[in-house]
Amino acid sequence: MSAQPTATEPAAQDELLAHFDGLIASGATIEPRDWMPEGYRRMLIRQIAQHAHSEIIGMQPEGAWLTRAPSLHRKSVLIAKVQDEAGHGMYLYSAAETLGVDRAELLDALHQGRQRASATFNHPALTWADTGAIAWLTDGAAVVNQMPLCRTSYGPYARAMRRVCQEEAFHVRQGYDLMRALCEGSPEQKAMAQDAVNRWWLPAVALMFGPPDTAAGGADDRTAALGAAVSRRAITWGIKRHTNDELRQRFVDSCVPQAERLGLTLPDPAIRWNEERGHYDFTPVDWDVYRAALGEDTHWSRQRVAHRRGAHEDGAWVREASAAYAARFGADGSPSEADTEADVAAVEAARDGAGERV
Amino acid sequence: MTTSTDPAPPTEAVRADAHLAVHLLRLGDDALVLGQRLCQWITRAPTIEEDMALSNIALDLIGHARTLFTLSGHVDGTGRSEDEFAFTRSDREFTNTLLSELPGGDFAVTVSRQLAYTHYAVLYYEALAGCADVRLAAFGERAAREVAFHRMHADNWTLRLGLGTPESSRRMQRGLERIWPYTAELFDEDEVVDHLVEAGTVPSPAPLHSVWERRVSEVVTRAGLTVPTPRWQARGGRVGLHTEEFGPLIAEMQSVYRQFPGGRW
Repeated sequence: MSAQPTATEPAAQDELLAHFDGLIASGATIEPRDWMPEGYRRMLIRQIAQHAHSEIIGMQPEGAWLTRAPSLHRKSVLIAKVQDEAGHGMYLYSAAETLGVDRAELLDALHQGRQRASATFNHPALTWADTGAIAWLTDGAAVVNQMPLCRTSYGPYARAMRRVCQEEAFHVRQGYDLMRALCEGSPEQKAMAQDAVNRWWLPAVALMFGPPDTAAGGADDRTAALGAAVSRRAITWGIKRHTNDELRQRFVDSCVPQAERLGLTLPDPAIRWNEERGHYDFTPVDWDVYRAALGEDTHWSRQRVAHRRGAHEDGAWVREASAAYAARFGADGSPSEADTEADVAAVEAARDGAGERV
Repeated sequence: MTTSTDPAPPTEAVRADAHLAVHLLRLGDDALVLGQRLCQWITRAPTIEEDMALSNIALDLIGHARTLFTLSGHVDGTGRSEDEFAFTRSDREFTNTLLSELPGGDFAVTVSRQLAYTHYAVLYYEALAGCADVRLAAFGERAAREVAFHRMHADNWTLRLGLGTPESSRRMQRGLERIWPYTAELFDEDEVVDHLVEAGTVPSPAPLHSVWERRVSEVVTRAGLTVPTPRWQARGGRVGLHTEEFGPLIAEMQSVYRQFPGGRW
């Protein structure tokens, strides 16, 4: 990993920091071997890990509908989407690993509740239409949020995000297409689509962008100042490019006309075009709205992590077997004939004796 | 389709087509039901890589089912769509082998089933690739290539679990014991298959059984495991006599479709 230089002298530190700031200012990416301030590293690990966890936890609400998709075409699309999410989790954990943590540690932090996934998925997917609403709205929010991250200052993260964003944009189109089919279907199908939008709008608009970080976005002065300070630091370091509230506005602006085309109503009576601002007005996501959307201490917030932990624990014996095998034969996993014969004998002997030992 | 303008084909051909439609449906049901079982692993797999691998395999299997169902609907002259086959038949009308439908069990049971199915499917699809019917041949060629990857996945896990730890080896052996009585049905011949084989329409699965046994035994032995010799073989899926766990699988799969009659998706 990128060993932190043992430059303890203040002068050397200043020089490193100046070099780092220079790289950021010039728009060059920071790479794993470059020196970086500890705060930068910590902020990145936190953000990338949260993003990776969200991909993995986010597989669950849609994954629950794989066995019930009402056409084989939609089933295939949904399998491919959930598979993409697993892939995104992997790219992102790999990006985090370049910062000196490993995936097992990060997963452990998720399982033990020390790190979290996006609270968006603290909400249940109750109908088939939820899979469409999630893809259209939460993946749509993710794209707005993540597009700027394709140019984030940390190279491995930016490169992972370019791939992620391409696939996410595809998911949004598929989600919109699923909703369109429902809206053009029977009245019951359309009602199912509206119900799903009613339940997924707030999680998307509030939680996918993070808490309010500007007074205009609905934060009071103190929290706005705090939020702004965090966002400003992330922006200075080139990790973020926009405030949460700016991105939230961008998302609302893109969704309103899409909902109109579908004939669906976004569940916010305050949504209306503001000629003067050139944006849609909407109910500000202040801290009360944000907290209400979090869904903490609910069945689902616990269930998501419990499901994940359950899978991890059930699979422990498989991972142990895999590690033992790799230690013996190499990770590529194709033993030569000669190796095998001896090892077969060894494992057989071990198995015969295992009854007593375990 | 073109049935309204075509002159009525000779009776022999009609019967041959009916047999072929049944045969394609059987293969499609195997793929769909196994794909459905694999879907139940997704988000529950031992590693994220495995979530990806199993969803990839499920996706291919659903793809095979779609092609086979569509072809079956063409061949039987009804023009039924893939979704009509998947979502409007009762569980008794499904003709997959019992192997495909067995409930999940642990990861070793899944690996065992994958090992048995993929070695069979590669052999049969490769044989199908030699068919005179270009549609069957094209499908066989593509599907054999895809299942060859699934087979590699199953072989590798058989080795890892067989030679990994004493626990994994024990579980893998138990998985094989659980699955093996359900493997013979894959190679069964009946009137439908006999007619098709006689007419040279499709290859027979029966002669592939011994090749399958040799290949699977080689992997199992390399993995330090013992090839089971079950004293019984389960049958019934091909004629719609399924396990009791099959009804809930089909009910779940069709639930949304049936909840919205006439819905478009």
